[in-house]
Amino acid sequence: MLEVKNLHVQVDDKEILKGMNITVAPGEVHSIMGPNGSGKSTLAQVLAGKEAYEVTEGEVTFQGKDLLDLEPEERACEGIFLAFQYPVEIPGVANTYLLREALNAKREYRDEKPLKHVEFGKLAREKMKALGIDEDLLKRSVNTGFSGGEKKRNEIFQMQILEPTLAVLDETDSGLDIDALKIVANGVNSMRDSGRSFIVITHYQRLLNYIVPDFVHVMVDGKIVRSGGKELAHELEEKGYAGF
Amino acid sequence: MAIVFDGTRESYVERLSEFLDSEQKNAPEWITTLRREAISGFAELGFPTLSDEEWRFTNLEALRRGSFSIAENGISGVSKKSVDSYGFPGLDCPRLVFVNGRFAPSLSDTVDAGKGILVKSLSEAISEQGDLVKDHLARYADYEKDAFISLNTSYFEDGVFVYVPDGTVFEQPVHVLHVSTDEGRPLFINPRNLIIVGQSSVAKVIEHYVSASQSVYFSNVVTEVVCGENANLEHYRLEFESQKAFNFSTLRVNQQKNSNIASHSVLCGGAIVRNNVHPVLAGEGCNSDIYGLFISEGRQHMDNFMRVEHASPHCDSRQFYNGVLDGRSKGVFHGRILVHEGAEKTDAKQTNRNLLLSDTAQIDTKPQLEIYNDDVKCTHGATIGQMDEEALFYLRSRGISVRQAKIIMLQAFTGETLEHMSIDSVREALESVVMKWFEQRLENGKGR
Repeated sequence: MLEVKNLHVQVDDKEILKGMNITVAPGEVHSIMGPNGSGKSTLAQVLAGKEAYEVTEGEVTFQGKDLLDLEPEERACEGIFLAFQYPVEIPGVANTYLLREALNAKREYRDEKPLKHVEFGKLAREKMKALGIDEDLLKRSVNTGFSGGEKKRNEIFQMQILEPTLAVLDETDSGLDIDALKIVANGVNSMRDSGRSFIVITHYQRLLNYIVPDFVHVMVDGKIVRSGGKELAHELEEKGYAGF
Repeated sequence: MAIVFDGTRESYVERLSEFLDSEQKNAPEWITTLRREAISGFAELGFPTLSDEEWRFTNLEALRRGSFSIAENGISGVSKKSVDSYGFPGLDCPRLVFVNGRFAPSLSDTVDAGKGILVKSLSEAISEQGDLVKDHLARYADYEKDAFISLNTSYFEDGVFVYVPDGTVFEQPVHVLHVSTDEGRPLFINPRNLIIVGQSSVAKVIEHYVSASQSVYFSNVVTEVVCGENANLEHYRLEFESQKAFNFSTLRVNQQKNSNIASHSVLCGGAIVRNNVHPVLAGEGCNSDIYGLFISEGRQHMDNFMRVEHASPHCDSRQFYNGVLDGRSKGVFHGRILVHEGAEKTDAKQTNRNLLLSDTAQIDTKPQLEIYNDDVKCTHGATIGQMDEEALFYLRSRGISVRQAKIIMLQAFTGETLEHMSIDSVREALESVVMKWFEQRLENGKGR
């Protein structure tokens, strides 16, 4: 589904990713762990299409397409979703408005009819209930004045509405209390199926008790230095990143 | 013979007798006296210059060099159909039309709202309700201190007169449409409006300025509002003048005890625009909400001058002005809050936010608090910025096109001021005008 080959990325002339490789097959959950500054978030942003990141070498294919050739909105419509580490506040834009626009943009891309207000409302309420999100949140401005936990849950809510093929979760667990963490994990687990993949970027092994990955990768200084199964996460928890 | 002004102070002073003899020969004496007094104010003041503190960002050189004349051709060139096109879809309300500052009865509705409510042209009111008009006209807008108010008071021909007696709820808004036309030479137009809302009464007035052509003219509006005790007024000033016009306007509000006003200004047209909003919270417990949105492009210059005067205790005021500037346009926001001695427990707040769509657009924003009292709460804040790149990326990462993302962001920005309008049909019409304006900017490859 996703193949990243020898990816080199610069920001402001500083090389952050230095030959990153990862292959994700349909239905797999990959976890990328690593110390601060290792380039985990850069990878997430590059996959989503952030322009400030300059790809100097390497390639990224997503479902057979050259991902780097696509605009951020095209990537989203093709099925990529990034749950932001720091979701952006957009005052004056109602959450429900953003979501309906986003969902309908995706439907239009696939030559489907836009959802009517009523249909969308029904869908949104269903998903919110499962995530324990207050309906009020739909009317509020995107992420504006949300608590940290609300922001992260809102990302998962968006993911559930948009039903991506590949979801990249960038430290969605950071700063969450255990209840919020369970809600986020449930939100992800309920969407796991044979056609959908996840890349879960995290700093802490804790999340992986709730979202059990198929593969764990350790990222240090812009590349993956070790890959293994879920047991690798436990090893990291005990020994830390010092050995890499 | 046309009455022509060559731009100099002397010409505006000297032509008054000609104006009084030709256009105003049947006017009551007190009006003639008032005009003469007012022009002596202008004789002393002249047009302001950049060295006047209150005008330091707005250069009037072009106005001083311009030649303007009083309109002569009546309402020719303005049809019922063209007037209808300026209406607000879905809004059912009486409309009064003025062409080049003169009342156009054939294009206007006759308002018979009952309950003693009067909605008519000011000139009619001067002859029919002389005493009532005399009690208020030119009592608030100070023609001795402001050159444009002096000129308007000297040369006004007409405008709307709205009177709502005590204890009366006037549900329907009044749509006051001022249309300017091209007479082949630049016109000098002085609309004058007077709105009186009695004790515990309610009114809504929409002043709407449009141009039938993209010609040069000098439009100089003065509106006086008297808001009686516990009265409630919602006032709109929608400025869609010609892109070549000089447009000056003053909204002067006198608020009595416990009264409440909401002022909405939307400025879109004009080459050089000055928008003065000056409420005086004269009685205790008043509330003033002042909202504004200005959008400019090309070389437009829009100067917003707020003077919110707290003269009594326990009054609240809120100023909320947003600007969107493109091209080489310039904006000014000058927000003055004046708290008099004795105006304890004043709560005054001011916010001005600006969105620059080009590298060459410019905004000067200047808060000014003048407080002669210890027991007050005054805050101000201003921001200037471009469209938030992080937010744009966030929207795009959800599948929304870059164009749609920009539109959503602009809607949010302009909505901050427009959303306070209580007349939905007016708000919706303005939202769509603003969107059209912005889409055009996007098509020109600007509007980052």
